[in-house]
Amino acid sequence: MSEPGFTPNEMMTIAASRALGNDDVCFVGIGAPSAACNVARLTHAPDITLIYESGTIGTAPSVLPLSIGDGELCDTATATVSVPEMFRYWLQGGRVSIGFLGAAQIDRFGNINTTVIGDYVHPRTRLPGGGGAPEIATSSQEIFITMAQSKRGMVEKIDFFTSFGHGEGGDHRHRLGIETKGPTLLITDLAIWKPDAVTKEFTVVSLHAGVTREMVQETCGWKVKFAVALEDTPVPTAMELQTLRDLKARTDAAHKGASTSKGSIDG
Amino acid sequence: MARFLPLSQAVAENLRDGDVAAFEGFTHLIPTAAAHEAIRQGFKDLTLVRMTPDIVYDQMIGMGMAKKIVFSYAGNPGVGLLRRLRDAVENGFPHKVEIEEHSHAAMANAYEAGAAGLPCAIFRGYRGAGLAEVNPNIKFIECPFTGERLAAVPAVRPDVTFIHAQKANRKGDVLIEGIIGIQKEAVLAAKRAVVTVEEVVENFDDLHPNLTVLPNWTVKAISVAPGGAHPSYAHGYYVRDNASYLEWDRISADRDRFRDWMQENVIARTSDAFAARVEHLRSEA
Repeated sequence: MSEPGFTPNEMMTIAASRALGNDDVCFVGIGAPSAACNVARLTHAPDITLIYESGTIGTAPSVLPLSIGDGELCDTATATVSVPEMFRYWLQGGRVSIGFLGAAQIDRFGNINTTVIGDYVHPRTRLPGGGGAPEIATSSQEIFITMAQSKRGMVEKIDFFTSFGHGEGGDHRHRLGIETKGPTLLITDLAIWKPDAVTKEFTVVSLHAGVTREMVQETCGWKVKFAVALEDTPVPTAMELQTLRDLKARTDAAHKGASTSKGSIDG
Repeated sequence: MARFLPLSQAVAENLRDGDVAAFEGFTHLIPTAAAHEAIRQGFKDLTLVRMTPDIVYDQMIGMGMAKKIVFSYAGNPGVGLLRRLRDAVENGFPHKVEIEEHSHAAMANAYEAGAAGLPCAIFRGYRGAGLAEVNPNIKFIECPFTGERLAAVPAVRPDVTFIHAQKANRKGDVLIEGIIGIQKEAVLAAKRAVVTVEEVVENFDDLHPNLTVLPNWTVKAISVAPGGAHPSYAHGYYVRDNASYLEWDRISADRDRFRDWMQENVIARTSDAFAARVEHLRSEA
């Protein structure tokens, strides 16, 4: 790739942030979703309501939290409620417009696995599990997913259905009585994907700058479908990039070098 | 009625081999001092319940104390996986541990049902979720009024719940502030509850009446354990020790290193050790 002045990861976070609006009530997963949600809040969506599952509603942290329950989330929140209230009144009650999730493993229909690699009873790798995701995936009005592409992460068949996306595709959600939209957007480090209107298979609708179709296919475990009218993702603006980099720098300083970028499988 | 007891006595009087025990705390106020006391006293065959088993359950599992764990997210928050838990689940070391896995919504509802004296919790959940196929304690019922299919899980009713809180007053009432998590429900759902606190104050007269307070008659024992939530945090007292969570990833990666660390930092110590561990974390709180 020629020198674009930003990393694929930065492009991913910024593209994801653009999908969020000022009026959204967003249930934030830790890791990549958390960065995108806070960049949105610090740029074009200052009044967005960010909710973390620890019970903090309308939080506005100055640095990215290392866990979903960092003290600053509470200090800056409009309200902090108990965990049962969070899941009953706010999520189950239908007050969340967007659930923003990361994924360890995803399939073409936006079904997510963060539970096990291998068999459930005798797993090859025991992952942390679903946390809030199973109900976030069905109770939020729609779901955005963000993750870096890899053949291990984007697979033909996930090992475990931690949270339900579009199942086998088509009207599978409806058949299970789930009336929320489910995954409507997948933002990776290479592209923006949206589900096909009928089959619900994630389809590449926009390529990030410098990315080819081959690059998307090489890092994806299923045969990728591309939209007929494939768009170019607008490159990050100077302001978006500066906001993200400042946020990361503040975060690194606050956590004294602790990792904040690898928590995408947090519940 | 709550009695003020040394932590070793509070644990000895309220925890028994084979108990269903919850050491609750949702990232904030994790009762580490109480868990370490339980480890020192060497309890066995425990069913450990917690939404987010993190380092302390990793330690208890690694020390062979757990027969079963009931949980909804088993990770080292912001760091990665729990290596002692993985060793137990993947390799049966130090022995096999039975797993009952739920989602957060299910666990939160189950604690609330326990606190409310109900046999089960009913909620809109687990639709399309794989856990419903591997956990026999997840069932579905039909709403008698609308016909909607809803998930049901048994109430959580621990024999004993341990939590850490900011303050108790002289009467033994307990205050929890900040991210209040599931602690109130976990205490009220349990047969017995033990609370460790940062400090004891004369009274709560100046507090807002809606702050979370557990009346003294909901708690069996209170133990003063400053720093007792380390390496998690106590809002208003000290911040989270993120470096310790990262370090745990390395310590827990190796069975021998884990045993050595536990011997040096838990077995050979007392709960008095916690105050010094948070000293450098107080200025930022």
